[in-house]
Amino acid sequence: MDKAAGKVIGITGNMVTVEVDGTIAMNEVGYVIVGDTRLKSEIIRISGTTAELQVFEMTQGVSVGDSVEFTGEMLSVTLGPGLLGQVYDGLQNPLPELAEQCGFFLQRGIYLDALDGTKKWKFSPAVKKGDSVRVSDAVGTVKEGIFDHRIMVPFYLPEDEYTVSSITEEGSFTISETVCTISNTKGRTYDLSMSFEWPVKRAVKTYAERLKPDKPMITKVRLIDTLLPVARGGTYCIPGPFGAGKTVLQQITSRHAEVDIVIIAACGERAGEVVETLKEFPELTDPRTGKSLMERTIIICNTSSMPVAAREASVYTAVTLAEYYRQMGLHVLLLADSTSRWAQAMREMSGRLEEIPGEEAFPAYLESVIASFYERAGVVRLNDGSLGSVTIGGTVSPAGGNFEEPVTQATLKVVGAFHGLSRERSDARKYPAIHPLESWSKYEGVIEKPKVAYVTDLLFRGEEVNQMMKVVGEEGTSNEDYVIYLKSDFIDSVYLQQNSFDPVDGAVSIERQQYVFDRLFKIAASEFEVESKEDARHFFNQLRQLYIDWNGAAWDSDSFQEIEQSIEEKFKQKWISYDSHIKSLRTEA
Amino acid sequence: MRKVYTRIESISGNVITVRAEGIKNGDLAVVNSVYGSSLANVIRLKHDQVSLQVFAGARGVSTGDEVRFLGKPMQVSFSDNLLGRIFDGSGRPRDNGPELKENMIDIGGPSVNPAKRIIPKNMIRTGIPMIDVFNSLVESQKLPIFSVSGEPYNPLLARIALQAEVDLIILGGIGLKYDDYLYFRETLEEGGAMSRTIFFVHTASDPTVEGLLVPDVSLAVAEQFALQGKKVLVLLTDMTNFADAMKEIAITMEQVPSNRGYPGDLYSQLASRYEKAVDFDEAGSVTILAVTTMPGDDVTHPVPDNTGYITEGQYYLKNGRIEPFGSLSRLKQQVNDKTRDDHRALMDGMIKLYASYKESLEKKSMGFRMSDWDKKLLSYGELFEEKMMDLSVNIPLEQALDLGWEILSQCFEKDETGLRSGLVNKHWPEDAAYGKDTADEK
Repeated sequence: MDKAAGKVIGITGNMVTVEVDGTIAMNEVGYVIVGDTRLKSEIIRISGTTAELQVFEMTQGVSVGDSVEFTGEMLSVTLGPGLLGQVYDGLQNPLPELAEQCGFFLQRGIYLDALDGTKKWKFSPAVKKGDSVRVSDAVGTVKEGIFDHRIMVPFYLPEDEYTVSSITEEGSFTISETVCTISNTKGRTYDLSMSFEWPVKRAVKTYAERLKPDKPMITKVRLIDTLLPVARGGTYCIPGPFGAGKTVLQQITSRHAEVDIVIIAACGERAGEVVETLKEFPELTDPRTGKSLMERTIIICNTSSMPVAAREASVYTAVTLAEYYRQMGLHVLLLADSTSRWAQAMREMSGRLEEIPGEEAFPAYLESVIASFYERAGVVRLNDGSLGSVTIGGTVSPAGGNFEEPVTQATLKVVGAFHGLSRERSDARKYPAIHPLESWSKYEGVIEKPKVAYVTDLLFRGEEVNQMMKVVGEEGTSNEDYVIYLKSDFIDSVYLQQNSFDPVDGAVSIERQQYVFDRLFKIAASEFEVESKEDARHFFNQLRQLYIDWNGAAWDSDSFQEIEQSIEEKFKQKWISYDSHIKSLRTEA
Repeated sequence: MRKVYTRIESISGNVITVRAEGIKNGDLAVVNSVYGSSLANVIRLKHDQVSLQVFAGARGVSTGDEVRFLGKPMQVSFSDNLLGRIFDGSGRPRDNGPELKENMIDIGGPSVNPAKRIIPKNMIRTGIPMIDVFNSLVESQKLPIFSVSGEPYNPLLARIALQAEVDLIILGGIGLKYDDYLYFRETLEEGGAMSRTIFFVHTASDPTVEGLLVPDVSLAVAEQFALQGKKVLVLLTDMTNFADAMKEIAITMEQVPSNRGYPGDLYSQLASRYEKAVDFDEAGSVTILAVTTMPGDDVTHPVPDNTGYITEGQYYLKNGRIEPFGSLSRLKQQVNDKTRDDHRALMDGMIKLYASYKESLEKKSMGFRMSDWDKKLLSYGELFEEKMMDLSVNIPLEQALDLGWEILSQCFEKDETGLRSGLVNKHWPEDAAYGKDTADEK
């Protein structure tokens, strides 16, 4: 097929209108040629012989009559070994290499190879001549960091039975050298190298079946793991007003989450935050592997000052890379920060296309686009029986912190857990500022459900008492109610709140969570002997002090046990009995 | 090919349209009318129709006036000669000094490669405890000052300009009241800071479009100085005027408005300015402090709202104080662990107690009986407001931390502070007023 060409006839912001000669496809990539530079763009509307293109670069200097070349291909990413540890922009340009070439600033029109074409990888074949393979089956592996990176039959081949007609011996190859040749049932042969291209806006579906997410993904944040768990292969969203700690929460999760690979899509957010990850991750060691955290991380970064159109591409680039690693039987976590910026990028383009605006000028297709993005998460069983998953956690930045806006609402419809951040809690420096009572999760956690329910109920009642006290005052509240309030406040400050900057408290293992929660549960379910409100407050203040010190003591250290001892003593001073409704405690008492 | 066009097809708001060929997006042109000449730049091209926004406004421009294209985008001169000078939004002198033409640089250049940024690590000390202790300002940070009209935000900016430890200050005024402009000039001259300051000032009486250029011009110059290794602090006042000017143009261009008439790309437009704040690898830095007035004290108004999502925190100016709730410096964690071991804990602890004070205050105003705990909180809150929050307090950080412990010890017992025992024992003043009182009673 001949590739089409065209001429620019209009420019508004980052959208150019092109008069086209030839056949073009929706979402096809074209280049606007301005002098010596070629600006990558994507077709977003076709009518008659004119096409509208969004340009992934600044359009300064483009003039009417400039020529446009089309590629005949949709926006794609390169998949192959060497992706881990990379820092890409939204179009998969490696940023450090770009910096080497262009210096401090991002010059437009410069596109580099996503993967190093000269590096040799040690390939070990997994099939032999005559074996039959299907799409996305591994024909061999290479070692990429700590992982066995599967070299797969490219996803773009049609569903069919293929026969291996030749395969190389174990040896070192670049990503573009042919390592295997396969032929389909009609006898057509395909040469396979270690890398291939895949269009970002198409979900990878070459797995056996999709399963229900039922295993928890541990984040080491107490509030999440205990009360609002996230499942591997599930989806969750973190809406919150600015300054409530969305990004810090994402950063903590990216460090401590128990998954194989983390992909961070910094989409339209601050460059400074990406830099923190960029500079700190190579220095940090992954406690599970002992290697640098960067070896399990890919960063896709399209910060707020980078061109808007590439922002939209960046979330798709990220999810495509996640799906690629899922096909290797790995568990991948994709953190998108923030999906609102992506939605705004859609709104900007929609405005330039002069489409009829929906709510708050967002396009009418907002909901379906968001839904189909989150639907790319999931646990899947691969052809060889192994499991892989993509978990997606997206932050939402609602205008004015009001969750009633279109992006938050569209997101809430499709996710499995909602971690809503509250301005009130962050103002009071209660971090993580996830509102424990307004948020929800549909997934199963690791802590016994009845106990969690008991504590949640206590938090609810404590909040009720607190609200009531605002009306009737402390003196109008009974001692029992006051103790409920104190208990809930105590649980909040020593368990739900967590100091992410503390080396010990920052990441709490699941064993420790279970242990501490059990201890805490006993306090929650106990009746205490208190003479007055003052006495009760004093008692809980002392308990809180002990717990705060306890949270700072390393697991299984001497001081951990010492403080636990003091807590036990303090607890016994005023303890009367356990709540008689609870079976497990009845025997203990 | 610098053709002159003498037929203006349409004039709407401050946007004019001419038929011309070979024009590039973003190019600059000169419009000559009977009221003088003005610069204009290309904002839309459609076939041979070229739309331009006229910096001095289209008022009085006639359809027969001439438009001359310069074949280059907007530029500004950059050299050390800029220091101590005052310019308007288009870079023309405002102080009767000579016009500068050498070493012209483009404005609104490309964004910095994130891989060439470094993690900010230096605190900029200002001597204001509400900033230094509770929300430290960090080199390369971008922070707005959210404020209601009528708050002393310009005096605050001027104080920061005088006291902040930086090499160079660039003051960008957008829609600045003439009095305020004179105030800045006088204060900085009296304080002896003029020689390290550059002004780009657009006053409220100047044409609106010109104000749109101020952030770009100021930041382009700041960026160049930073590349030479200078620590630059850019002060912008007021970014809400900037957003309003953008709204005006967007509506003239018949763009679909998104929220309260502001264009859909408000976030991206603001971000591309704020993101110029940078700490360069092996060079200097640009720090941005920008006033954003909130119409009707509404932080959910599109301008402060979008700004809050872009910037690394915000200072919230209310009743003449930097309010501890709502104010936040996101980068403070990068620097406040290197100052003193008690900095972080004290900062959080004091704010938590201040939050409880506010609750007690509310209860008191509703006529409830005050418990002993409430009374302690009340005395704490008053001391805190008086000794720390007042904007006129000017003390170094270490002294401010000591003051914090002193206030705590005057009001509370050690285990009531919610701070770790180790720290409390180390920093608690020995002659703690509170402990002494109770000892006396016994």
